[in-house]
Amino acid sequence: MHDKVDVLIIGSGASGAAVAWSLAETRMRILCLEQGDWIKPTDYPSNGRDWEARFFSDFATSPNRRARPTDYPINDDNSPIKVVNFNGVGGSTILYTAHFPRLHPSDFRVRTLDGVADDWPVDYETLEPFFAENDRMMGVSGLAGDPAYPPKQPPMPPLPLGKSGTRFAKAMNKLGWHWWPSDSTIATTDYEGRARCINLGHCTPGCAQGAKASTDITYWPQAIRAGVELRTRSRVREITTDEHGMASGAIYYDADGVEQFQPAEVVIVACNGVGTPRLLLNSTSGRFPNGLANASGLVGKNLMFHPYANVYGYVDEPLDGNHGPPLCLWSQEFYETDRTRDFVRGYTFQFGRGYAAILEAINSTAAGRLPWGEEHHRIYRQLLNHRIGLSAICEDLPEEHNRVTLDPQLKDSHGIPAPKIDYTLGANSRRMMEHGIARAKEVLAAAGAGNIGTEAPILNGGWHLLGTARMGDDPERSVVNGWGRSHDVKNLFIVDGSIWVTSGGVNPTSTIQALALYIADSIKQRLANLFD
Amino acid sequence: MPDEPLTPAETRDLRCLAAAIIPASAYYGVPGADDDLIFGDILKSLGRDRDDVRTALTHLATLSGGSFTDLPPDRRAGVIATFRAQGATPLAILTRVVLLCYYRDDRVMRSLNMEPRPPFPKGHVVEQGDWSLLDPVRARAPFYRRVS
Repeated sequence: MHDKVDVLIIGSGASGAAVAWSLAETRMRILCLEQGDWIKPTDYPSNGRDWEARFFSDFATSPNRRARPTDYPINDDNSPIKVVNFNGVGGSTILYTAHFPRLHPSDFRVRTLDGVADDWPVDYETLEPFFAENDRMMGVSGLAGDPAYPPKQPPMPPLPLGKSGTRFAKAMNKLGWHWWPSDSTIATTDYEGRARCINLGHCTPGCAQGAKASTDITYWPQAIRAGVELRTRSRVREITTDEHGMASGAIYYDADGVEQFQPAEVVIVACNGVGTPRLLLNSTSGRFPNGLANASGLVGKNLMFHPYANVYGYVDEPLDGNHGPPLCLWSQEFYETDRTRDFVRGYTFQFGRGYAAILEAINSTAAGRLPWGEEHHRIYRQLLNHRIGLSAICEDLPEEHNRVTLDPQLKDSHGIPAPKIDYTLGANSRRMMEHGIARAKEVLAAAGAGNIGTEAPILNGGWHLLGTARMGDDPERSVVNGWGRSHDVKNLFIVDGSIWVTSGGVNPTSTIQALALYIADSIKQRLANLFD
Repeated sequence: MPDEPLTPAETRDLRCLAAAIIPASAYYGVPGADDDLIFGDILKSLGRDRDDVRTALTHLATLSGGSFTDLPPDRRAGVIATFRAQGATPLAILTRVVLLCYYRDDRVMRSLNMEPRPPFPKGHVVEQGDWSLLDPVRARAPFYRRVS
């Protein structure tokens, strides 16, 4: 058995890294268990000629396709949106596009403002200093003055517009609609030991240059220097409890597959909106027969994804193709509720550049746009680097039937039951996507694009895993309280996207990390009476 | 037969099919996907897709009444049309492997004015653009929803 630690963090991704770094100043003994490996920059696909091909193998976005020994399978057959994640130090910040919008103030008050779902037990104003701290730690590029947000000051200048961004900017101005350079965790200047972006373009599956922030190169080096221990290849099977119903530690499998027990005073779960309910549901005992922290019965329920509606077209002049970070602009024109529409809440538009050579060929062949045979070469040359596209990131409202459970058959390589996803699109989401598609077509028309295609929802677009252990003041209607502590187990905390009450309509990493820093700060403020 | 290499008959049909997907073009100065180098790359790259590719090739052989390669050219077109209509996921995966290898061939990339190199370490140049385009948006009053 290992020596007892003060704080055991499970998962080293966006939230686990942030909470580890923040708690390090307490000088408590802190250990993080991570099921994956450190990923070296030289391992990233953009180092080699097979860089596009590896997006379909060891850097595939689906864990089922990627199937690394460090991945666990997910049964997402009963969902029109498939789960995307990465398992390793840095978690899914290794495999994301670095688009970094915050939730808006209204996102925390949806019941009050719009009569749907529930208000959050925290608000934007409370989180604002933690957003700012996280922007500094992750290194955010962007531009102050966006009228869609309260004032904020990104520490680096924005990503370049390029030909694609310029085309979109002119189109949006023609329509009179809001657009703004995106907040992004891609460094546009040398920043805290990270080299500036040199437009490798293949940003999502890791940045060989180190310009894209992932927590293995932002939070973790500082947390480890401050004394936090990070133990890789350590897959947690269950959280254990003692005779008082308190968390006592975790059972995990080490790199050799040997079962280990790690005792702890406090356990913090940071495994994302699928991994966290899976772990809690696997942590059963006589006192907690339905899983840990699950007296409400809500662990695993209210899964929210963000349905993406992607609309694209082709223009006459060559644009940026895949050169440069794929996302550089957003629009919040349709973000806030408008009662004249047939849905509540709203969406962000994120504007993309184009596709690289192979991805263009694969997608256009699948869409029936690129023929086989003699015409292949001529048509392909009309498509490559001429694509321009945008996606509506639609707010997904919580619905209890959208859920994560344990699959009765499927197990990971250690025999641990795997998660099963049951998810259907709500009527509000469908109407919102239709609105987004119609507006996106107007944008593309204004940009001079034709040959329009759509994908809604994006099949392999389950990037954002939210809501499955929601926070709230009522123990019967939530899993954790307003500062991340389990209602049922007083020394168990959850800090990842599973605690979200609603999803907003933005990429969630910025807010996930701000919440994690807020919870860490709340723990520090209450150390003397943390379990009261 | 998981992980076993394709049989000679399957290999012949795959090569013939690759040429049907992307034929050589004298006009564009590019090889077809059945070119020695490219097809060698395809065979080496089947990896985790081998079973699906084999499933697709078995279906192709069934539609051909034997060998697809040995069909007269005028019959191949009909078989291909049926194959594309019925091939589903295994065919999509087969096609993906062909495209993955074709569009990373040096000759093909040069014909598309691309440098045959990985993105790192040279990167690319993206123009900054004209930020004055943002002026009308800067002039807008804040429009986020106030909650207090």
